[in-house]
Amino acid sequence: MQWINAVVQGLLLGGLYALFATGLSLMFGVMRIVNLAHGDLAVVASFLALALISGTGLPLWVVIVVTVPLFAVLGYLTQRVLLQGSLSSGPLATLLVTFGLSIVLQNVLLEIFSADTRTLDGGAFATSSFQLAGSITVGWLPLVTFLLACAVLAGIQVFLSRTGLGRMLRASSDDRETANLVGADSRHVYGVATAIAFATVALAGLMFAMRSSFDPATGPSRLIFAFEAVVIGGLGSLWGTLLGGIVLGVTQSLGAQIDPAMTLLAGHLVFLAVLAFRPQGLLAGRTA
Amino acid sequence: MTLSNLLTERAAANVDVRRAARTSKLSGGALLAAVVLLAALPYVVFSDVTDTLVNLYVLVALASMWNLLAGFGGLVSVGQQAFVGIGAYSVIALADLGVQPYLAVPLAAVTCVVFAVPTSWLAFRLRGDYFAVGTWVIAEVYRLLVVRVDALGGASGKGLAGLSGLDPVLRGALTYWVALALTLATVGGCYLLLRGRVGLSLMAVRDEETAASAAGIDVTRAKRIVYLVSAAGCGAAGGVITVSSLSVNPDAIFNVQWSAYMIFIVVIGGIGFVEGPLLGAVVFFTLQQLLADYGAWYLVILGAVGIAVARWLPGGLWGLVRDRTGLSLFPVGYYVRSSGHAR
Repeated sequence: MQWINAVVQGLLLGGLYALFATGLSLMFGVMRIVNLAHGDLAVVASFLALALISGTGLPLWVVIVVTVPLFAVLGYLTQRVLLQGSLSSGPLATLLVTFGLSIVLQNVLLEIFSADTRTLDGGAFATSSFQLAGSITVGWLPLVTFLLACAVLAGIQVFLSRTGLGRMLRASSDDRETANLVGADSRHVYGVATAIAFATVALAGLMFAMRSSFDPATGPSRLIFAFEAVVIGGLGSLWGTLLGGIVLGVTQSLGAQIDPAMTLLAGHLVFLAVLAFRPQGLLAGRTA
Repeated sequence: MTLSNLLTERAAANVDVRRAARTSKLSGGALLAAVVLLAALPYVVFSDVTDTLVNLYVLVALASMWNLLAGFGGLVSVGQQAFVGIGAYSVIALADLGVQPYLAVPLAAVTCVVFAVPTSWLAFRLRGDYFAVGTWVIAEVYRLLVVRVDALGGASGKGLAGLSGLDPVLRGALTYWVALALTLATVGGCYLLLRGRVGLSLMAVRDEETAASAAGIDVTRAKRIVYLVSAAGCGAAGGVITVSSLSVNPDAIFNVQWSAYMIFIVVIGGIGFVEGPLLGAVVFFTLQQLLADYGAWYLVILGAVGIAVARWLPGGLWGLVRDRTGLSLFPVGYYVRSSGHAR
């Protein structure tokens, strides 16, 4: 029974990983940028929420409603100011710029908030749970996170396939120059993609912060989870990312069941196994 | 004799093709003098100076290895700390087995090559940006595996055996010379490797992989050679770090921070120039010493400078120097002169 429980908990954790990895997948799919500051952005969102709550006394849900759009705006600006210029200089430049951003964010957080470990207090909601069957207990927070992840992925899917902007986004992803010729402004389109990525990463960061503790140096390990979810699922596939997140979550959960020290290692080993035997990922997306 | 041979010979007779400009010969002499001076330092200055310089030498060696990997091989790795860690732990393990720690440093390079071969099979399945994060995950796996080995001290790390009997002054001087030798070996190794056939294939691969492959270059082989050499250099650097600090901690030695240092030093100094890491390491080191009292701010400034250089100055500082003066300390290209004009 405890094994089934581990699978259920891993599944729900996987939803969070998927929500978190969506932004990484989207930015790579559209702009061919691997955002090495991805994990740090989630941590910045967590600290921002913490500061807002302690500074203004606003309830958590208001803070979430404020933080997520704020990050979308930040994302748009980051793309237009920092990333757009480096895109033309090749993949090395974008990698260096995002890596530099990661180091800057980590150390600014360290200077402002110190290296102490924090958590975001989600109140009674974060700790309450219900009994599913027998000894399987499901927390409300992980369940809501999972459903939220599915809703966000479905929303992005609808946006990409049904709206005009989404079509332009896909067109720019396939062939930027041709898309520009037929009237898409690729810079604006890229900005929108980054805005979506930042919004999802902020949301995921806040969910992470309610579940587990964080400190300024947490970002890189989070980035690795997102990266593994994307590669396991298949590059450039949204639903692949959900599957990858779930595979990673379940593996970590089962690894922890065997030996708590195995949690991270189990996830990494599944990632390496996918890399060795199915490098295109479980659900291969559109060819890059 | 074919027509093309004839044409090539006639063309070659009219121009003078050389590696070195006149300035390189002068600067080569200056460089040699500098090395002799640096080697004599333990007799001249106090040990705190040489102890600080050991850190600089390690940075130069690490950055040179990353420059070889990314600047010449086109392999942008964020996971070289894997080999720094493996090298460090090799020295610890070999010293436990009774090997003299200073002799264990070159052996650590060998261990790293042994580990780098299977690692490259996995990592080379990823391209471009994904290679960067993939190597990082592999480094994490190595850290998590090392932590599980109780004989290596587990999560709390381990001290280095075999150096406690040595006089501290002598130990400091020996460590300094080993670190200097490491720097000379890595920088010199890069230079010699890049002058030869491998260097030529590498630069062709970096500039246009498909065309290089079509011209008969074994792309994977060239990349693997660079990867293995880079692993060896980083491993030896990890060994020097251990010999210098006398202990090892898994979280510190497998920290992605090492990659951050390598990347920023190379980017600021000038990626794709053998001189770049030297200049970058000096800049980095100066910044680190100047801002030592301000906590983590030097990393913030470093990150910001790194972003700015990557964005607006792709050739780094050395690129700037070279554009202005044409100076090249380690010429890996050729100068073609015809009727006295250098090109």
